[in-house]
Amino acid sequence: MEKQEADSLPTIVGPTGPKTKLSNGKTVTNLASYNFYNFNANEQVKEKAIQTLQTYGVGPCGPPQFYGTQDVHMKTETDIATYLGTQSCIVYAQAFSTVSSVIPAFCKRGDIIIADKMVNFSIRKGLEASRSNIIWYNHNDMEDLERQMQKVVQQQAKKKLTRRFVVAEGLYELTGDSVNLPKLVELKSKYKFRICLDETWSFGVLGRTGRGLTEAQNVDASQIDMITGSLAGPLCAGGGFCCANKDVVDHQRINAASYTFSAALPAMLAVTASETLNMLQSNPELLTHLRDNIKAMRAQLDPRSDWVICTSVPENPIMIIVLKPEVVQARGLTPEDQERILQDCVEETLNNGVMITKLKSLPARQSASAPHDGTWYIQPALKVCVTSGLSKKEIEKAGVTIRHAITKVMTRKTNRQSSVNP
Amino acid sequence: MPRRISIPFTSNNMPQTEKSGERRPSTSKGNRLTQFFSGTPRKDQLSAQQALQAMQNSPSITAPSLALPSISLSTATVGEVPDESTTLFEPPTSEEVQVKRRADAQFGPLVHPSHRYVSKHHGDGGLKAPIIDEPPYYFVLTTYISYLLLILLGHIRDFFGKRFSKKPMYQQLKASNGYAPLTDDFDSFYTRRLKLRIDDCFARTSTGVPGRYISLLDRVSHDFNASYTYTGTTTETLNLSSYNYLGFAQSEGPCADAVEDCTRKYGLSFCGPRADAGTSDLAVEVEREIAAFVGKPDAMVFSMGFVTNASSFPALVSKGCLIISDELNHASIRIGARLSGAVIRSFKHNDMADLENRLREAIAQGQPRTHRPWKKILVAIEGLYSMEGTVCDLPGVLKLKETYKFYLFIDEAHSIGALGPNGRGVCDYFGVDPAKVDILMGTLTKSFGANGGYVAAEPHIVAKLRSTNAATQLGESPAPSVLMQISASLRIITGELAPGQGEERLQRIAFNSRYLRLGLKRLGFIVYGHDDSPIIPVALYNPGKMSAFSHEMLKRKISVVIVGYPATPLISSRVRFCISSAHNKDDMDRVLAACQEVGDILQIKFSTGVAGGQKLPAGITPENEEQWRKENGLENVFEPPRWSLEEVMAVGAADCKGKLR
Repeated sequence: MEKQEADSLPTIVGPTGPKTKLSNGKTVTNLASYNFYNFNANEQVKEKAIQTLQTYGVGPCGPPQFYGTQDVHMKTETDIATYLGTQSCIVYAQAFSTVSSVIPAFCKRGDIIIADKMVNFSIRKGLEASRSNIIWYNHNDMEDLERQMQKVVQQQAKKKLTRRFVVAEGLYELTGDSVNLPKLVELKSKYKFRICLDETWSFGVLGRTGRGLTEAQNVDASQIDMITGSLAGPLCAGGGFCCANKDVVDHQRINAASYTFSAALPAMLAVTASETLNMLQSNPELLTHLRDNIKAMRAQLDPRSDWVICTSVPENPIMIIVLKPEVVQARGLTPEDQERILQDCVEETLNNGVMITKLKSLPARQSASAPHDGTWYIQPALKVCVTSGLSKKEIEKAGVTIRHAITKVMTRKTNRQSSVNP
Repeated sequence: MPRRISIPFTSNNMPQTEKSGERRPSTSKGNRLTQFFSGTPRKDQLSAQQALQAMQNSPSITAPSLALPSISLSTATVGEVPDESTTLFEPPTSEEVQVKRRADAQFGPLVHPSHRYVSKHHGDGGLKAPIIDEPPYYFVLTTYISYLLLILLGHIRDFFGKRFSKKPMYQQLKASNGYAPLTDDFDSFYTRRLKLRIDDCFARTSTGVPGRYISLLDRVSHDFNASYTYTGTTTETLNLSSYNYLGFAQSEGPCADAVEDCTRKYGLSFCGPRADAGTSDLAVEVEREIAAFVGKPDAMVFSMGFVTNASSFPALVSKGCLIISDELNHASIRIGARLSGAVIRSFKHNDMADLENRLREAIAQGQPRTHRPWKKILVAIEGLYSMEGTVCDLPGVLKLKETYKFYLFIDEAHSIGALGPNGRGVCDYFGVDPAKVDILMGTLTKSFGANGGYVAAEPHIVAKLRSTNAATQLGESPAPSVLMQISASLRIITGELAPGQGEERLQRIAFNSRYLRLGLKRLGFIVYGHDDSPIIPVALYNPGKMSAFSHEMLKRKISVVIVGYPATPLISSRVRFCISSAHNKDDMDRVLAACQEVGDILQIKFSTGVAGGQKLPAGITPENEEQWRKENGLENVFEPPRWSLEEVMAVGAADCKGKLR
């Protein structure tokens, strides 16, 4: 199944953009990249990157601790810290491995981590590597979280004080919704937990100027103990970061595995991140335009389609589209069936000139640190990434294409039969 | 320090040879390729000139003239008629000197054509372990005492500080306001009490290209290294610290041009993981090139070297499998192995007898408790160990592989590009068919001056990795600029682009490494590792000497990396020289001169002569040294080598091409 999927991956020719050329010669509307603001086509950004290339070359040829840190990295770190309003910041060379090494840098054997059941794969890897005691709470259920916290406090009352963390995401990769941050901060200070907030998908997206969940929900970023995020998504650069106070950041410089043991981020990408961050800050209309497009796309899919609903929050440009629960129930679809149906949808949509993709939940599902309570499962989903590089008309047209493709796949004979013989 | 300005005679010689070779190269390979890389006519013209130059002086071409199409000397000669040069010597304008200076700071010119060597394993047997010299007991003792003192003092200060001090540094170690301390004082003890003292030797911030020279931002600390104030000035130092093996850290030349065009065309990012919409023609092409380069049918690239290991092991092995790993393997292998769920055993560094014992035991015993046979046994080794400078004993491992039928994983993070007559890593170095190794992994950060890593293997293994590996499914795909840097540097190494340059780079690093290693041995230092390794660790022992050495070298404008516990065993703190093709013999001599001085000041010349470097009587060569010792009964009689700098420099270039003794 996975292999088949890997084989059917489209190869793009030339640059990534709202319209992308594929290796079969077709040009399609690209709703599968995280190129939300189309910074990738921005000439100013390119020019800046080339200037950097002419001064710094490409690779820094060494890990940050051994002369790999360059002045541009320090500038990017300062820029991000100022933007978010935290004391300090550290830039990693890859976004995917950032949170997986931030967590084990602080959480050791014997510590307690309470995590949302729907956290993404990178966090799960981090939890596994930390060897701490992991407690799960139901997705976005703040009451359940409070219950779990109370339990921990009671159990640990007589024991030596250990570090306690709550791990949540700004925008959940697997479901597209956000955590209730003010409530989380309230609970955290009540029960003395530290928060690790993964803003990989919300940084540069939520809030008036894209500062992420803290801005969107009016929480002071310095109240969150660690904020991790990505520079590779909407910012079109590369790498990840962790914002926190100075001690937390300095500790990571020696103890975070993927910082210490890996080469630093290429200077070009660090400069690009600074540049796009600056553009985002000075042009909030980029965000409004994107949100208009999201609204336009949503109007075509969520209430209009008989088959699917969108679980993402309205500001999330990554729309997670799942089959309606009644459809799943009526047809008795197993997760594998759903995966297959959605893969057909992806292919059908691509045939009609729109590239979307499927949520890659397999690694998270197979991960060793999945909650073992039988009720937990990740519903297979489609992922539609809206971009401001397309006009509203084009977005609407693409939305219609996706909706029709889903309908076509769902009404296919083979798929209807499965409802008769579940 | 001597800096060569390009010789005026070449500019006069050029036009004559040009006439005969002018037509051919414009349609030859070089041009076709440069067309691939560049769309603008300006580039085409320049690149054609490079190809032209390459054709003409390929036997003794120096890289900078290729790397730098904009040197006005060469452009003038090709475009203009020779009758303009009325005098034989024309002093270069200050602008020309600037351009040349900048290029030379990134990639030094070759001093003499003979300063090249082909990196290749000699002899057909396995690899002998390098002889490790022992320092006098006095130094071992003082090293232990220093550590004891440091630890004792640290604990005393912690003890009183936590109880009486109000400083924030101690407050963090205590539970406050109901929160447990963020770091255990035991865990952070090493960082606070040992590393902080020498912290200014680490993470020195640099600017510009980490090529032959590296510019460091000057900084001072007024609070014992807790924070730094940048003075706003920079110091240009000789760079012996970056993993810039083949000197591809350049902001000019064919590689940078290709990357520039690529950035204009592709933008900066593919904005998504490979499995979504990040699979580009560029990535597919680079994978094909890498596979062809390392000699495997298929390969895949990752955006980070660390993650390549950390995420590919779980896709290769699982529960019920056994990983036998060299004890000195890199942290990424250890983390990857741990995350895979397989059982991990380790064997003594590069010790084939120990590996065989482990294998026998594992095969005989089977899985723990159940004693079922293992599903798979994977032996993980590195091609070149970055802390020891040792090369893996590949022939020895392969011999065992034939008998015990295990899978072999080689991490070529440091060896790819740096070893072998064609730069294709350890297999190339030992002349072994890459098909005999199951999985070849490597990084693209070091020799290629890019970023990321690759895994090369049989198509079915790579296909499985592609479809199940988490980093492909969820991690970002490598940036276009990085991919193009890989592709361009690979083409230069293979000679497809700028012919002759790749070969020169490969042979220069081999020469530089051997020359410096031999020189250091003869000066009396204890040097670790194998002869052809471009990483040259020199033993310092005392923890205090680490920072002293680093500072003394910095005073002499040479930047070096020092490594101590926990990256190395407690007593063998060391300094590590990373050699590059961008260096030339003058640079190596500069390092030797600095080491000679610093070695005397710090008293770190401990060598007893066991590992070589001893002055042999006339007529005795390193090759027949053994026989001579046997005949004269001198097998265990060694004289500590303490050559003078002049002697080392006079004969080193010739001697380093033979057996290093």
